[in-house]
Amino acid sequence: MSFLKKYFKVKRKNMHIGWYKAKRSKTMYLFLLPYAILFTTFFILPVLVSVFFSFTYYNVLEPAQFTGVDNYIKLILADDVFLIAIKNTFILAAITGPLGYIASFVFAWFINELPRYIRAFAVLIFYAPIISGQAYLIWAILFSGDAYGYINAMLIEVGIIAEPILWLTNPNYMLNVVMVVVLWMSLGTGFLSFVAGLQGIDVSQFEAGYVDGVKNRWQELWYITLPNMKPMLLFGAVMAITQSFGVADVTQNLCGFPSTDYAAHTVVNHLIDYGSMRFEMGYASAIATVLFVTMVVCNKAIQSLLRKVGT
Amino acid sequence: MLKIKKRKPNRSRGGDIGIYLLLIFVGIFMAIPLIYAIVSAFKPLDEIFLYPPRFFVSHPTFANFQDLLNVMSDSWVPFTRYVFNTVLITLVGTLGHLIFASMAAYVLAKYDFPGGKTFFSLCVTALLFNQWVTAIPNYLVMTRLGWVDTYLALIIPAFAAPMGLFLMKQFMEQIPDSLIEAARIDGAKQGRIFVRIVMPNVKPAWLTLTIFSVVQLWNLTGTSYIYTEELKMLPYALQQILLGGVARAGVSAAATMIVMMVPILIFLFAESNVIETMASSGIKE
Repeated sequence: MSFLKKYFKVKRKNMHIGWYKAKRSKTMYLFLLPYAILFTTFFILPVLVSVFFSFTYYNVLEPAQFTGVDNYIKLILADDVFLIAIKNTFILAAITGPLGYIASFVFAWFINELPRYIRAFAVLIFYAPIISGQAYLIWAILFSGDAYGYINAMLIEVGIIAEPILWLTNPNYMLNVVMVVVLWMSLGTGFLSFVAGLQGIDVSQFEAGYVDGVKNRWQELWYITLPNMKPMLLFGAVMAITQSFGVADVTQNLCGFPSTDYAAHTVVNHLIDYGSMRFEMGYASAIATVLFVTMVVCNKAIQSLLRKVGT
Repeated sequence: MLKIKKRKPNRSRGGDIGIYLLLIFVGIFMAIPLIYAIVSAFKPLDEIFLYPPRFFVSHPTFANFQDLLNVMSDSWVPFTRYVFNTVLITLVGTLGHLIFASMAAYVLAKYDFPGGKTFFSLCVTALLFNQWVTAIPNYLVMTRLGWVDTYLALIIPAFAAPMGLFLMKQFMEQIPDSLIEAARIDGAKQGRIFVRIVMPNVKPAWLTLTIFSVVQLWNLTGTSYIYTEELKMLPYALQQILLGGVARAGVSAAATMIVMMVPILIFLFAESNVIETMASSGIKE
């Protein structure tokens, strides 16, 4: 019993110290307050509201009715399109996520070997697709389904195909085209973080490596570069997950909405469909919650995996 | 910072050549759509519809830009209004973001107080949020606040973008504690330390936050909150031109190029600062 008493005593003391600290840090809270209010209102609150509505039937006009887990049951058992969307999203995330992530690192690493001004230029070229807004729509012209499309024209010219391929409306090709475009746009914030991180590694570590017999660039990568890059790798992973699970604009603008046979329909597309078109907010919230939970779980798994890098 | 100028001892020449070739090859793949966008903007209409399609332009012309001006001048709402809207939300949104995120980042980076770490880890999680995941509840929040169909719906949430806070906080951790300590011993209040000591020391981070925020706001169509034509954004107006179809192909090429070039040029201008900020972007354990 005495240890329990002690435990509570310590607890109380900690709380006391916490309270005292909090009182002393009034200025800190004042600094944090404006941002905290905005952040809570526009980022935390919406997620909570979304989770709440996912257990209701809500169409904006009538007040929400509590329906328990009906939405989730319907989602998994009765909604074929959702299952297609899940499948597409997972294929997209499983391929473009890791590939984009690895590409971000590999190209950042290669670019880091270049002389200074060429390096700055290369970073600009590789990063440009993601900041140029809607520039990816140009792929719609390049992949255009008639013989005027550049890729069709090129393939016909070379003789690989005889007839133009309907890249953006034929379900056999759509998802692949989307992947090409998503990969094209995958060297984003994570890539910048890698470029910067590589430049920040202390040169003396490499020199020590030469002395200690690091023979080639691969050994150097594994023993010196990667362990130094761990924080950036963690950050890059968060960015890669956000990008690869959130694909929606690309499919919508390239393949149409909805796409033929839903062949390029992603979870986010499904969410937009129910949320912004059918106004079944409860159902859409359930989709959002599923997506969000998947992303968080994925993030936790990848982060714990990455902590093992170079150890 | 020290840079090795001479050849590193553990690099094989074959490997170097391989890397250069790969970089050139992939670089071309990355650049083709962007080059295409620029080239197309200077193509006369008959070259745009040439068969077989030709990538490069043989008779460059400014006609498309001329047409763009014409299309702009007879739109229902004066085109300058769209430009004004986008510039306004970009400027105000970025400024507010810079101020609020920096204030929060300063105390999170430099002081240990109850709840600070928890709040920051929430922000890191929020980096995962997709705009669509929070779109519906956000709309409901905006309705409650009465901000639907006003600039506020686009400007105010931009203030709280978690990416900016994250980068700023990581960068501010580099400021030596002794600097802040010295200022405090000299009798400076927190507000003064923040304005006079901290902010001048994180200039690269300002620029980076500015760029991320500008890029995001500049490309915002805002169609989910804004209904009044006079309040709509530039990317929306350009989308309408793009939807004009075949007859507007040249005009839309010119429009695409202009919109695309703005963020790229801003990035080019500030690249070294961005890289410097991103060097501290890692998630530490």
